[in-house]
Amino acid sequence: MIKFIEHVGRYFIMLQKMLEKFTKFDVLWRLILREIDDLIIGSLGIVSLISFFVGGVVAIQTAINMENPLLPRYLVGFATRQTMILEFAPTFISIIMAGKVGSFITSSIGTMRVTEQIDALEVMGVNTYNYLIFPKVVAMTIYPFIIVISMFLGIFGGYFACVTGGFTTHTDFIDGLQLDFVPFHLNYAFIKTFLFAMILATIPSYHGFFMKGGALEVGKASTTSFVWTSVAIIIMNSFVTNLLLT
Amino acid sequence: MIEVTKLSKKFDDTYVLKEVSTYFEKGKTNLIIGQSGSGKTVFLKCILGLFSPESGEIIYNKTPLSKMNSKERTKLRQDMGMVFQGSALFDSMNVEENIAFPMKMFTNTHIDEIRDRTNIVIKRVNLINANNKLPSEISGGMKKRVAIARAIIMHPNYLFCDEPNSGLDPNTAIIIDNLIQEITQEYQITTVINTHDMNSVMEIGEKIIFLESGEKKWEGTNKEIFNTDNKSISNFVYSSELFKKVRKIYAKENK
Ligand SMILES: Nc1ncnc2c1ncn2[C@@H]1O[C@H](COP(=O)(O)OP(=O)(O)OP(=O)(O)O)[C@@H](O)[C@H]1O
Ligand SMILES: [Mg+2]
Repeated sequence: MIKFIEHVGRYFIMLQKMLEKFTKFDVLWRLILREIDDLIIGSLGIVSLISFFVGGVVAIQTAINMENPLLPRYLVGFATRQTMILEFAPTFISIIMAGKVGSFITSSIGTMRVTEQIDALEVMGVNTYNYLIFPKVVAMTIYPFIIVISMFLGIFGGYFACVTGGFTTHTDFIDGLQLDFVPFHLNYAFIKTFLFAMILATIPSYHGFFMKGGALEVGKASTTSFVWTSVAIIIMNSFVTNLLLT
Repeated sequence: MIEVTKLSKKFDDTYVLKEVSTYFEKGKTNLIIGQSGSGKTVFLKCILGLFSPESGEIIYNKTPLSKMNSKERTKLRQDMGMVFQGSALFDSMNVEENIAFPMKMFTNTHIDEIRDRTNIVIKRVNLINANNKLPSEISGGMKKRVAIARAIIMHPNYLFCDEPNSGLDPNTAIIIDNLIQEITQEYQITTVINTHDMNSVMEIGEKIIFLESGEKKWEGTNKEIFNTDNKSISNFVYSSELFKKVRKIYAKENK
């Protein structure tokens, strides 16, 4: 428990130091672009694939579990939309990203730690917190963009699976999509997403930055980082949901 | 000139350095020798300010490190070059970018001039046909050269090398040692080198400090080291058959 508090304290000190002494702008800018490429662009493929198919599965599952003729068919579209916007895209995708982006961040910073590259930067007088972590945080501010794509493709996947599989008609599904749309749900989803993005950028950085040991420990640190990032996302999710939706 | 007074450092509850005092002069290659685990790297990292010592002081040209504010420290850091034990090149950058990094980072020098300076140091350390290669694509000896080039591009007043020739063949090791010594004299740098290589000791040991379990057990020059009757240093120096023979020859010559 004391260890845990120590970690939390060091984590916040890290965030503070990250904002202290800024790296030269043109250097920083190039780092940000590279992180956008690695963290955001590099994740589009996997997110699109997963969203499309999970959207399809969610829609089919809803359809076959609503065999009761009293239930209107347009509920399939409705359920798909709600699931995608409220939970699947923001939360589920973020946990997948904790595996992909998170372990990438931990292992790349961790490798720099064990090969003394971080020491080398520090000896030169670079604020390593700002140099290594800040560009990731900035890059992750456009993470909601990934989630928009995920929402869209998830719903489209649901539509595609239902219509081609003959579970609902085109008009039923679209009617369902338009049913009782609450714009605040989108706000809720994006507030969540933004908070998850900050978790995804900083907790894995922390695990990489403060790791000790050699190559083997880099692997272990990535695993630990995945666990803690997911836990933080899930706790943050229930916290935000309680705060905003109830 | 760097002065170290009564430097102690502990990890958890064990002291890794115990009241080490010494000084390093400008234009000289100062060596820290000792067995693996004797505290050489920790000592160097304390001097650099990467570790903060429990007690003792490190004084750079009359200013104690602990009295410097963060601005002065940053300024001092830009006056230091460091060659790490594993070279510590940035693996996302090619050779040229690695070497130019400190200049791009801390100066507003025009890109053409940075390129000129980079090429000068690349020539100085005899790196041939490697400008666009990544660290993973070059040999250990070349990595050391890149690390040295990166360390000297800002014309530092202090150069630190952690086992600059570990993992190199004897020939390359001597070339790297001599390169460091030449650069030290040419630019009048205060150079501190960690090593456990007796060849380096003979070649470039203008001043030698011997560490054993974190304590300074001996201090002197490479001329003196073969004549001392200090027990711990004899054990270290004459641990190999080759150097036992060297001692005999030395003794004969000096009769
Ligand atoms: N970050 C650290 N945390 C805890 N203990 C450490 C740390 N760094 C070094 N030590 C301990 O300090 C002692 C001295 O280590 P150091 O790395 O200085 O040895 P060295 O003389 O450089 O050895 P080598 O020649 O193998 O590089 C060792 O016992 C090591 O376990
Ligand atoms: Mg060492």
